[in-house]
Amino acid sequence: MAESKAAIIVMSGDMDKVFGALIIATGAAAAGMDTTLFFTFWGINAVQKGNRTGKGLMGKMLGLMNRGGIGRLNPSKFSFGGAGRWMFKKMMASKNVPSLEELLETATDLGVHLLVCSMSMNVMEIDREDLIDGVEDVVGVAKFVKEAAGSDIQLFI
Amino acid sequence: MDVKVDQVQDSIGQMCPMPIAFLARNMRKMEAGQVLEIQADDEGAHADIPAWCEQTGNEFLGEVQADGFVKYYVKKTD
Repeated sequence: MAESKAAIIVMSGDMDKVFGALIIATGAAAAGMDTTLFFTFWGINAVQKGNRTGKGLMGKMLGLMNRGGIGRLNPSKFSFGGAGRWMFKKMMASKNVPSLEELLETATDLGVHLLVCSMSMNVMEIDREDLIDGVEDVVGVAKFVKEAAGSDIQLFI
Repeated sequence: MDVKVDQVQDSIGQMCPMPIAFLARNMRKMEAGQVLEIQADDEGAHADIPAWCEQTGNEFLGEVQADGFVKYYVKKTD
């Protein structure tokens, strides 16, 4: 019996959407599915260390305004310049919901593959060193398409 | 429920997806025929644990209400 797979694109850098992606990935991996998360564009924030990124003027400006790191993600609504993020973190912690950092660790522990889109990484002038160690590889669309084509679950978040 | 339990997983206070993540991890380390008791108070677990069993081919033996939480029994199959 061929192994069942799941392929999820994470294009959003919103806290709520990344939460959804990580919970689904963890659930799929827990069910024995070979799961891949492909982070592109804003999603790359979730797998960055949080360094200052960028080389040229615009790249650096972007790096300042769009500082990476999974702890810095804002909710897609009611962001209130950062207060929303703090409120949601508090509400979730009080109900024992795992934090994004814990979720990411659980997911990698269960064997979820973390891949990053080379093209958007390039455009946003982010380097490999700016990515967290858990990232397995920096790849192009063909790799994702191959994973998705053989998957039972394919999602765009 | 009259079943010999080989391991107990305490997932009380844990929220989705943690009970399932730990279930998967614990099952990996167990042998076929062994039974894991999962103690959980997460509402979703009542649907999640049987679904996980069906998808992975492990046996869901049942659940027992306890004081403020539920005990689920899963038997590892080959």
